[in-house]
Amino acid sequence: VATTAHPEAPARYRRSPGSYVMPGLALLLVVLLVVWLVVNFTEGPAYFFTIFFIGLTNGAVYALVALGYTLVYGILELINFAHGDVFMLAALISATMIGSVFHLAAHPSVGSLVPAILVSLVVAMVACGAINVAVEIIAYRPLRHAPRLAPLITAIGMSFILENIAIGWKGVGYTSVPQVLPTGNVFSIGGVVYTWEKLIVVVITVPVLLALVWLVQRTRQGKAMRAAAQDRDAAAMMGINVNRTISFTFAIAGALAGAGGLLYALYFGQVRYDTGFQLGLIAFTAAVLGGIGNLPGAVLGALAIGFIQAFNEGLTWHSPGSDWTQSIVFSILILILVFRPEGLLGERTPEGG
Amino acid sequence: VGRYQFLDTVSRTWWTLLAGAGVSQQRWRSWPGTTRRAVKTTVWLTLFLVLVALFGVWDTTALAVAACIAFLVVPPWSRLRVGRFAVGKWVVPAVVLGIAIAYPYYTDSMPQVPVFGPFPQVSTMVVMMIFTMMALGLNFVVGYAGLLDLGYVAFYAMGAYVAAWLASAQFSSRHVNVGAVGLYPGWAGVHLSMWIVLPVAGVATAIIGMLIGLPTLRLRGDYLAIVTLGFGEIMPQIARNGDNLFGINLTNGTGGITPIDGPGFGNWAHQHLHLPANFLTAGNLDAVFFWTALLLVLVTIFCSSRLRDSRLGRAWIAIREDETAAAAMGIPLMRTKTWAYATGAFFGGVAGAYYASYNSGAFPDQFFFNISVFILCMVILGGMGNIWGVIFGACFLSYLDREGLANVGAWVNGHFGTNVDVPKYEFGIYGVILVVVMLFRPEGLIPSSRRAAEFHEGVHDEPLYDIEEHDAPIAEPAS
Repeated sequence: VATTAHPEAPARYRRSPGSYVMPGLALLLVVLLVVWLVVNFTEGPAYFFTIFFIGLTNGAVYALVALGYTLVYGILELINFAHGDVFMLAALISATMIGSVFHLAAHPSVGSLVPAILVSLVVAMVACGAINVAVEIIAYRPLRHAPRLAPLITAIGMSFILENIAIGWKGVGYTSVPQVLPTGNVFSIGGVVYTWEKLIVVVITVPVLLALVWLVQRTRQGKAMRAAAQDRDAAAMMGINVNRTISFTFAIAGALAGAGGLLYALYFGQVRYDTGFQLGLIAFTAAVLGGIGNLPGAVLGALAIGFIQAFNEGLTWHSPGSDWTQSIVFSILILILVFRPEGLLGERTPEGG
Repeated sequence: VGRYQFLDTVSRTWWTLLAGAGVSQQRWRSWPGTTRRAVKTTVWLTLFLVLVALFGVWDTTALAVAACIAFLVVPPWSRLRVGRFAVGKWVVPAVVLGIAIAYPYYTDSMPQVPVFGPFPQVSTMVVMMIFTMMALGLNFVVGYAGLLDLGYVAFYAMGAYVAAWLASAQFSSRHVNVGAVGLYPGWAGVHLSMWIVLPVAGVATAIIGMLIGLPTLRLRGDYLAIVTLGFGEIMPQIARNGDNLFGINLTNGTGGITPIDGPGFGNWAHQHLHLPANFLTAGNLDAVFFWTALLLVLVTIFCSSRLRDSRLGRAWIAIREDETAAAAMGIPLMRTKTWAYATGAFFGGVAGAYYASYNSGAFPDQFFFNISVFILCMVILGGMGNIWGVIFGACFLSYLDREGLANVGAWVNGHFGTNVDVPKYEFGIYGVILVVVMLFRPEGLIPSSRRAAEFHEGVHDEPLYDIEEHDAPIAEPAS
C-alpha cells in the first residue's frame, strides 16, 4: 500500500498550537505569583519573614490533617469527608482537657504546661484514633464492594453527624482556649520575629511526622499498609488481614488529626463545630496539591497552602486579603486537579485522566 | 452487599405472617395483582390508622384519606381504556395533580397527623415545590449521569443572582423595563418580566454549568465531587465579596440584593382574565406562587422523563453504569456529561430565580454547602434516578426543614418530657439519613429498578477477589 498519500505525515505528531494554551496559562500564573512575592519581599523583608513563619506554623497544623486524608485515600481511594470533623472533635477535646481538666489559665508555668500538653496530646490522639476507626467500621466497611459513590455519600453523612455531636456537646458558639503557650520571642533579628508558640507547634509536629515515617517505612504493619494501598486483593492473598490494616490506617489518621486538633486549639485559641469542615477542605487541598496518597507530598502541599494563606492574608502589596482565602485555596485545588491531577509529587492515577 | 440486612427482616416478617394465615408464597403469587395490592394496602392503611388513633388526634378525615389512597392504589387503573385510548395510566397522575392544585382550598380543614402535627402551610408547599425542582435538576447529574455534584448550590445562587440583576434596582444607572410588574414611580435599574427572567436565568446558569464542566468533567468520581464542592464554596464567596470587584458593585456584598420584582401578568390580564397582576401584592400570594411552582415542577417532570428516555438520557445511564464501556460504544463522554451538567444547572437556575422572586431577595448567606448536601440528601433518600422517588424525597425533606422537625420536636418534648431543640440537629439528622439509606437501602425509598440492580449486583469497579468472605481463613501471617 502506497504511503505517499501523506506527504506531511510527521505533522500529525507535532503538537497543535492549542495544546500550548493551558500550560502557558499555568506558567503565566506561576510567574505572576513569583513577581508578587518578590515585590512584597522587597517592600519589607523583615515583615515578609515574620509572615513566612506564620505560614510555616499554619502549614504544620495543616500537614497533620492532610496526612490523614492522604493515608486514607492511599489505602481506600476514598475522600474521608469526616476527617476534618474528627480533627474538630480533637480540638474540642483538647480545649476541654486544657480548660476543664487541667484548669490552666493564660500564661501558666512551664512545670504545669508541659505535662498538661503531653497528657492532652495522648488523650486527643487516642480518642480521635478510636473515633476514626468507629467511623470506618460503621460507615465505610459495609460498603467495600458498593459503587464508589456510596462510601463518599456516607462520608458526608458522618461528617454532619460528627458536627452535630459537637453541637450537642459544646453548642453552636466558639469554645475558647486560654493562651497557655508562651508568646515571648525565640529570636528577633533585624525585625524578623519568631515567637515561642510557633516554635512549639513545629516542635510537636516534627516528632509526630518522624514517627509516622518510621511506622510506614520500617514496621511490619507499615509494610502491610503499603501493600494494601498498592493492591488490596493481592495483599489479601499474601496473607495480610486487609480489614485490620485499613482500621489501623484509620487509627493512625485519627491520631494525626488528634495531634493537629490539639495544636490548633492551643495556637488559634478558638474552636467551633464547623472549624473542621473549613480546615478539612484546606487540608484536603493540601493533600491533592502534594499528590494524594503521597506522604511527603501531603506535608509539602500543607506547607505550600500554609504559606499561600499567610502571604495572602498578611502581605500588603496587592494581596486579595482574608476575604478571598477560601476562594484562592479552592481555585488552587481546581487548577491542580485540572492541570496536574497527580499533584506535585504524586503519580498519575486513572481518576485524574 | 454489606452486612446490614435489616430491611430483609421486613419482607421476612411479611412472609411469616402470610404463612401464619395459611398462605404460602406460591399461593400468594398465584393471586391476581389487584387482590395482592388490596391485601397489602389494607395492612398498611390499618397500621396507619392504628398509629393515628394511638399517637395523634383521631378524626374521621383520616378514614377519608385512607379511602382516597386505597381508591388510587388498589384498582388496576393502568388497564382502563376508553375506546382505543389507554387513558388508564393518566388516572392516578391526574387525580394526584387535582389534589395538589386544590391544596390551598382545603389545607385548613385537614386533620392532625400523628407526630408530625398539622398539614404543611401553603407557603411551605411553595418551598417544597421549588426544592423539588432543584432536586430533579440534581437528579440529572447524580441520578442519571452518576456524577456526584457537591456544589449544586452554586447553580441555585447563580439563578438567584441573575434574577436579582435582571429584576431589581441593583444597576440603578440603567432604566430598562420589559413587561415588569409592580414598579413604583421613579424606579431605576433593570426590570424584566419574571417570565423572561426565569428562562434567562436557567440558560445563564446552564452556561455557567458548562463552563465549570468543561475543564472538570474529565475527572472521575470523587475528584469531580471535590471540584464541584470547590465551586460551590467559591460562588457564595464571590457573592459575599462582590460589592467591590475591581470597583464594580455586582452583588451588594453581605447585604444582598433586595427587593426583587415578583412575577405577574400585568393590569390588562388582571382586568380581562382575572389573572393576578402582581404575585407579591396578590391577596392569595402563597397560593399563586404555589400554582406557578407546581407548573414549573410539571415542566421539570416532563423534561426529566422525556430526556431520560431520549438518546442523550440513555447515554447518561450508560456512562453511570460503566464509563469505559460507554466510551467504547461510541458515546462522547465529555459532551454527554457536559449536557447532564448543563441540564441540571438549568433547572437549578430557574428554581433559584423563582425562589429569589418569592423571597424578593438574593442573599449570600442562603448559599452554603449545607444546601448542596440537603438537595443531595433528597435525591438519595427518594431514590437516585427515579423521578417519583426524588419528588418524594424533596417534598419530605423540605417539609421537615420548614415545619416538620419543629413539630416532631414539640411532639417528642411534649410526650417524653425532654427538652431537645430538634431543629438544631437538623443536619445531623440528614447525616443519619444519608448514612442509613446508603447502608440499608442504597437505591433509595422509591428506587428505579435499574439503579437498584446496580447497587445490589455491583458495577464495573467491583474487585475481582472478595476480601470480606475470605478474611477468616487467611488471617494474620505467622510472625
